[in-house]
Amino acid sequence: MSELHHMGLAALAAGLRARRFSSVELAEAFLGRIERSQGALNAFITITREQALADARAADRALARGEAGALTGVPLAHKDLFCTRGVRTSCGSRMLDNFVSPYDATVVAKLRSAGAVMLGKTNMDEFAMGSSNETSWYGPVRNPWDPRLVPGGSSGGSAAAVAARLVPGATATDTGGSIRQPAALCGITGLKPTYGRVSRYGMVAFASSLDQGGTLTASAADAALMLREMAGFDPNDSTSVEREVPDYVALIEQPLAGLKVGLLREFFDKGLDPENERRIREALKVFEALGAQLIEVSLPNLPLSVPVYYVVAPAECSSNLARYDGVRFGHRCEQPRDLKDLYCRSRGEGFGAEVKRRIMTGTYVLSAGYYDAYYLKAQRVRQLINADFTRAFQQADVLIGPTTPTAAFAIGAKTSDPITMYLNDIYTIGANLAGLPAASIPCGFVGELPVGLQIVGPHFSEERVLAAAHGFQRLTDWHTRIPAGYA
Amino acid sequence: MSAWETVIGLEIHAQLSTRSKIFSGSPTAYGAPPNTQANLVDLGYPGVLPVLNREAVRMAVKFGLAVSARIAASSVFARKNYFYPDLPKGYQISQYELPIVAQGSLEIVLDDGQVKRVGITRAHLEEDAGKSLHEGLPGVSGIDLNRAGTPLLEIVSEPELRSAKEAVAYMKKMHTLVRYLEICDGNMQEGSFRCDANVSVRRTGTTKFGTRAEIKNLNSFRFIERAINYEVERQIEILESGGSVVQETRLYDPDKGETRSMRSKEEANDYRYFPDPDLLPVALDAPFIEGVRATLPELPDLKAARFARDYGLSAYDAGVLTVSRELADYYEEVVRAAPKDPKLAANWVMGELAGALNKEGLEISATRMSAARLAGLLKRISDQTVSGKLAKEVFEAMWAAGAEADAVIAERGLKQITDSGAIERAIDEVMQKNPGQLAEYRAGKDKLFGFFVGQVMKATGGKANPAQLNELLRKKLSG
Repeated sequence: MSELHHMGLAALAAGLRARRFSSVELAEAFLGRIERSQGALNAFITITREQALADARAADRALARGEAGALTGVPLAHKDLFCTRGVRTSCGSRMLDNFVSPYDATVVAKLRSAGAVMLGKTNMDEFAMGSSNETSWYGPVRNPWDPRLVPGGSSGGSAAAVAARLVPGATATDTGGSIRQPAALCGITGLKPTYGRVSRYGMVAFASSLDQGGTLTASAADAALMLREMAGFDPNDSTSVEREVPDYVALIEQPLAGLKVGLLREFFDKGLDPENERRIREALKVFEALGAQLIEVSLPNLPLSVPVYYVVAPAECSSNLARYDGVRFGHRCEQPRDLKDLYCRSRGEGFGAEVKRRIMTGTYVLSAGYYDAYYLKAQRVRQLINADFTRAFQQADVLIGPTTPTAAFAIGAKTSDPITMYLNDIYTIGANLAGLPAASIPCGFVGELPVGLQIVGPHFSEERVLAAAHGFQRLTDWHTRIPAGYA
Repeated sequence: MSAWETVIGLEIHAQLSTRSKIFSGSPTAYGAPPNTQANLVDLGYPGVLPVLNREAVRMAVKFGLAVSARIAASSVFARKNYFYPDLPKGYQISQYELPIVAQGSLEIVLDDGQVKRVGITRAHLEEDAGKSLHEGLPGVSGIDLNRAGTPLLEIVSEPELRSAKEAVAYMKKMHTLVRYLEICDGNMQEGSFRCDANVSVRRTGTTKFGTRAEIKNLNSFRFIERAINYEVERQIEILESGGSVVQETRLYDPDKGETRSMRSKEEANDYRYFPDPDLLPVALDAPFIEGVRATLPELPDLKAARFARDYGLSAYDAGVLTVSRELADYYEEVVRAAPKDPKLAANWVMGELAGALNKEGLEISATRMSAARLAGLLKRISDQTVSGKLAKEVFEAMWAAGAEADAVIAERGLKQITDSGAIERAIDEVMQKNPGQLAEYRAGKDKLFGFFVGQVMKATGGKANPAQLNELLRKKLSG
């Protein structure tokens, strides 16, 4: 038997059902890894040891009775913007440092009912706004491949935790690349499903038309298992789609012969690091070996995705974050003089610089006199980008390219220049604007650092994206690499 | 002719009588202890999402159809962003560019009997805010979020009303309509039906609108009339003394009978409306709309016309009897049970019954006299068992005791005397007792006829049939 932390979700679930190890043993093993890594990585905001062990004991009892669900007894972590009943849900913000959610997010409830055991809540950029996990009120997360570097963001804690095998899988969210970019920078598999595939209820909103919950795991096969348990229509989320959830696990072995892989001309631009490009080109040969057919496609409006995103997302965020006013929950300033003082100081103290920057940008683009020039125009360009993708998928079954322009960068390298930071999401934002499913999988290294390959599919084609990722992972072992010190 | 013309547009807020809120499952009942009818969605907790109440949509469509408006195939919810403690999310979900109902109209009857058609620009769905509480809370403000998320239909009229009276007539007509449609309980005291009035004046004969003031939150017909009249006078005074009206929001103070400034245009919020990404556009297809149309009741105007035609009532009476569906139903029930004289039924419903209800402050729905019972009395009037005059006494006894007409008549011996023999005997007696008057009458003093009527009535305890009495008496007196 290999070491527990080398095993994927499916293998762990099978091992539990076969009673080769208990859920309590698993929880103890992974909690130990979490606690030992915390000083070096800072991947967690809250570790729920007591509750995890209690849940693990309950899982063991269920297993003993033969009442196991798909994930019974399997440990997982949740990004700290999924509401968890009775446990702090901070969103990486001082604003919600004291916020204990009275309810479970739908995703949390679904994974719980599938039997998963939550070990804790992972660190993240404040309110999911960031690409480096440096905007967290709880301090930066460090990249397990090199602690001087960022893990990416905003789901940096979940990505670092899975990369260092502190947990076999973690939930995450992706508004402009917040699952795929840290997956790429940490050398793991990240899946952002189609907008509407996974309920947003209980997921603290950043930009509602872009936010989508997804998975961070070692492999595509694990992503398939986790997504199958998370996905589905939720009557509490009007934007979730009433559509049957396929058995992603069963469909993952689909052969790739004849798969038309579109290479996006716009992804191979001058911003792409030449070394990264080389790894991507090598990966394409693997797809050819699998029988896929490479074709070049173009999305002429895609280069506009970053400016469009930085109008739409801040606009929605400025409104979504208005509820944090110090009145009902969250941070409240000491001794407010009057209502205005209560608002100004509670929000001034509770929010960090990046969140404030986006609230101000969003307020500006929605203001009378600017709405048409910014918000409306951005929505129109968003439609053009959508149309570009629709055309591209008439030619190609999936689109493949880099996830990020470069590998992980140093902590502090981009914090003084927001625009440079924003450009890190240049390849990922398109899928959010168009609501498409997209994955990032590891496809090699530049020096000691992993490189991510992105696979984008048409709406509700998660099984195809996962099959492509899984096919690649059957012929490669990049996804099994674990950073030194965590092996 | 006045030198100034008044221009008024009303924005009516009708609280829709759904059982639960517009975007959450909380109940909407009025008067619960603070914050007991607010769930996590109403409180704007992190991560919660709105889910549209289909019943509110159905009610809005019902309204739209009743005012012959266009029902949008696709309408969009937008966020109206502003900070206020009783607005938990920091934005109100409303409809802005694409409302569910547009371009309708409503007819009102003016004082001179003329019918005026008032345009309805739009009606849109939105959520209500909570309430700030100050009483009994020294130094702090309390927030009650029970009302937060209550569904409202905001009905915006064209600026086509030309006087406070017209505004009140429009408001009353709308009040009647929403209750007919059973989409709003119309309770103005509880704020279920209220309006903001946009008021301006301009020189008679000019077409350009003057600068308007918006008077907020008027919740009684009387206040609407007074507030508008005050505001019109205030604006005319300003303009005639060479000043200019400031565009602003004003509040009406019913104690002082005046409006006062709340905030000027410069202080007004920039609401930063944008489509709410948490809600899909409301898509309505023809089968749904036709399904709602099939549930429309007979509307007040049509009902009034039918009453006038079928029951031979005046337009005024028909209008009064159809002011609420309950009253109209009551009247028709009376007529069904006592079909002989619909006009008599109308007089009794609008007269004695309305008076009795009024005296006790009761709505027709709480009447102590059922339609069947009132019909029982009317039948006794029609078949002359009881005279019209004594019928009022019977009515009062019925109302007080909750009794049937026949029982009261029997118990009190109020049955009309229609036996001509008995009436003749009474006449003879009176004639015997008053020989002097008889002689004078016969000498030509016709005026004494009334005296004899009175005497006979007194002798019969008021029960003699008046027509019979007149006839017999005339015969006997003339010898």
